[in-house]
Amino acid sequence: MTSFSVTTPSGRTKWLAGTLVILYALITMIPLVWIALTGFKSPPDAISYPPKYIIGGDSEAGFQPTLEGYVNLFTTRTRQTQEYLDANPPESWADEIVRQYDMVIVGPSKFGERFLNSIIIGFGSTFLSVFLGTLAAYAFSRFKIPLADDLLFFILSTRMMPPIAVAIPIFLMFRNLGLSDTHLGMILLYTAVNISLAVWLLKSFMDGIPTEYEEAALIDGYTRFQAFYKVVLPQAATGIASTAIFCLIFAWNEYAFAVLLTTAEAQTAPPFIPTIIGVGGLDWPAIAAGVTLFLLPVMVFTILLRKHLLRGITFGAVRK
Amino acid sequence: MSERTIERVARTTPAPLARRIKGLSDRAIAWIFIAPTIFLLLAINIFPLIWTIQLSFTNYKANRVGREVKNIGTRNYERILTDGDIWLNMQATAHFLFWTILLQVLIGFALAWLINKKFRGNDLWTTIIVLPMMLSPAVVGNFWKFLYQPQIGLFNYIVSFFTGRDPSSFEMLGQVNLAPWSIVIVDTWMWTPFVMLICLAGLRSIPDYIYEAAEIDRASKWRQFWTITVPMVLPFLMLAVLFRGIENFKMFDLVVQLTGGGPGSTTELTSINLKREAFEKWRTGYASAYAIILFVAVFGLASIYVKALNKVKER
Repeated sequence: MTSFSVTTPSGRTKWLAGTLVILYALITMIPLVWIALTGFKSPPDAISYPPKYIIGGDSEAGFQPTLEGYVNLFTTRTRQTQEYLDANPPESWADEIVRQYDMVIVGPSKFGERFLNSIIIGFGSTFLSVFLGTLAAYAFSRFKIPLADDLLFFILSTRMMPPIAVAIPIFLMFRNLGLSDTHLGMILLYTAVNISLAVWLLKSFMDGIPTEYEEAALIDGYTRFQAFYKVVLPQAATGIASTAIFCLIFAWNEYAFAVLLTTAEAQTAPPFIPTIIGVGGLDWPAIAAGVTLFLLPVMVFTILLRKHLLRGITFGAVRK
Repeated sequence: MSERTIERVARTTPAPLARRIKGLSDRAIAWIFIAPTIFLLLAINIFPLIWTIQLSFTNYKANRVGREVKNIGTRNYERILTDGDIWLNMQATAHFLFWTILLQVLIGFALAWLINKKFRGNDLWTTIIVLPMMLSPAVVGNFWKFLYQPQIGLFNYIVSFFTGRDPSSFEMLGQVNLAPWSIVIVDTWMWTPFVMLICLAGLRSIPDYIYEAAEIDRASKWRQFWTITVPMVLPFLMLAVLFRGIENFKMFDLVVQLTGGGPGSTTELTSINLKREAFEKWRTGYASAYAIILFVAVFGLASIYVKALNKVKER
C-alpha cells in the first residue's frame, strides 16, 4: 500500500460530496421532524398558516408545546355541562388539559390495544419465522437435500407474489377456519410472508459457519440435535438477530393484509392511526402523536443496528 | 477430510453407542427441519393462488354465501381485457412506475456516488437517509396527506416560499393534474435510499486497481466514470430497478392512504382498483381473474427483464 492512492478523493471533493449528502439528508428529514413537532401542538397551532415551527416563544412562528395530542391519542372524551365540571375537579394533569374544551376523560382509546396488537403479532410472527427459518436454513446449509436449489427458489418466489393476488382466497380461507381478525391468523400470515427472506438470510449466515465445530461435537458423542443447538445456534446468533429485526420491521409496517383481514380484535396500528377523529374533522396532533410513537421504535432500531440492516437490504443484489 | 474421520470413528464404535450418537438420521432431521416451512408456504401462498385461479372462472361473490356459484368460463377475463377503465388504471400505474423509477435511479445513484467519496461521517448520514424506507408505507402516506393539506400544509408553504406562488392556488391531492405527481414525490422520498444502497454495494464492489490502471493510462475522470463506474454499477442498478418495479406494480398501502385513488380515479393504481372490486364491490370471481392477469403481467415483465439483466451481466 502506498500512502497516496489515485482512488482516494481529494479533500475538496470529500467536502463537497459531504455537503451535498448532508443537505439531502436534512431535506429528507423535514417531514419526519414536522410530524414529531405536530404531535406537540394544539389543534389550532397544527393547522395555522403560516406554519409554526419554533417551540415556545411569542413570535408568529412560535407555538406553546402541549401534550394534548398524546392525551387525545390515548383517551376518549365527552363534553360536559358547566355544573358537572364545577362539581368534579380534574383528577389528573391529562384531565386538566381536556378541561379547557369543557370535556372530561371517560376512558382509554383503542390506540393502546392496537399498539399492543402490533407488538403481539409482530413479535409472534417474528419468533415463528425465525424459528422455522433457522431449522430450514440449517437443513439446507448442512444436508444434501434432493432438489435443494428448486426448493430454495420456490421459497424465494413466494415473496414476489402481490399480496392482493392472494388476499381474496386467504380472506375466504380465514373466514372458513375462524382465523379472521385473530392474532393467530395474522401471525401465521406474516410468518408465511417473512419466512422466505428468513430462510435465505439465515442460510447465508449458516454457510459462513465452519462445519468442523459440529463434526468435533458429533465425535464427542453429541447427537445432531445437540450439535445443532449447542454448537451452531450460538455461532449463528448475530445472523438470527438481524434476520429477526427484518421480520419484525416487516410485520410492524404491514398494512394491506391488516386492513383486509382485521377489523377490531386483532387490528394493528397502521390501519388504525388514520382513523383517529377529533372534534370537527381529523385530529392532526393526535394522529401525529400516534405516528411518532409508531415510527420511533423502527427509527431507533435502524440507527442502532444499521450495519446488520444494511446487509439485509442489499442482500438480493450482493448475492447474485 | 474430516468426514473420513467421522466414518472411521463410526466404524470403530460399538453398535448401540453408534445408534445413540447418530440419534435420528440426518435425512430424517433434514426433512423435519424443512417440512414446516414448506407446509406453511403451501398452505398460505400456493393453495390460495390455485384457489384464485379456480375462482377466476366463476361468478362467485364472497358477501353472498348462499348464492349459487356458476362456472362462467373465461368471461371474467374477456370483460377485464375489454374494459376501458382498467386501461386507464394501467396508464396511471405506468406513469407512477416510470417517474418513480427514473427519479429514484437518478437521485439514488448520485447519492451513492457522493457517499462513496468516503467523507467523514458518511455512514451516519447514510443511516439518516435510509430512515424513510424503514417506515410503514401506510403511515407515511397518512402523514404526507397532512403535509399536502391545501392552505395549511407544509408542502404548499415551502413551495410558495421558494416560488412565490399563492399557497392556496394549488392542491396537490385535490387536482387532477397534480395528484399523480404527489404520489411520485412521496414514493421517491421513501424509496430513493433503497436504490442508493444497492448502487453503493455496486460501487464498493469495483476494485481500486481498475481505476489505478485507468489513471496510469491517463484516462480522464470523466472517461473513467463512463467506461468503468457506470458499466460496473449497471447490473446492480438494473436489479434495483427490478425490485422497485415489482414493488411499485404492487403498490397499495402508500397510495391508498395518501389519495385513496382520487381525485376521480387519477391515482387509482391497478392494485387499488383490484381491492375495490374484491372487497368493496365484492365481485370475487371477477377480481380473482383481475389478480391473475396482474400476476401474469408482473411475472412476464419481470422474467423478460431478468433475461436482459443477465445479458448485461455477461458482458
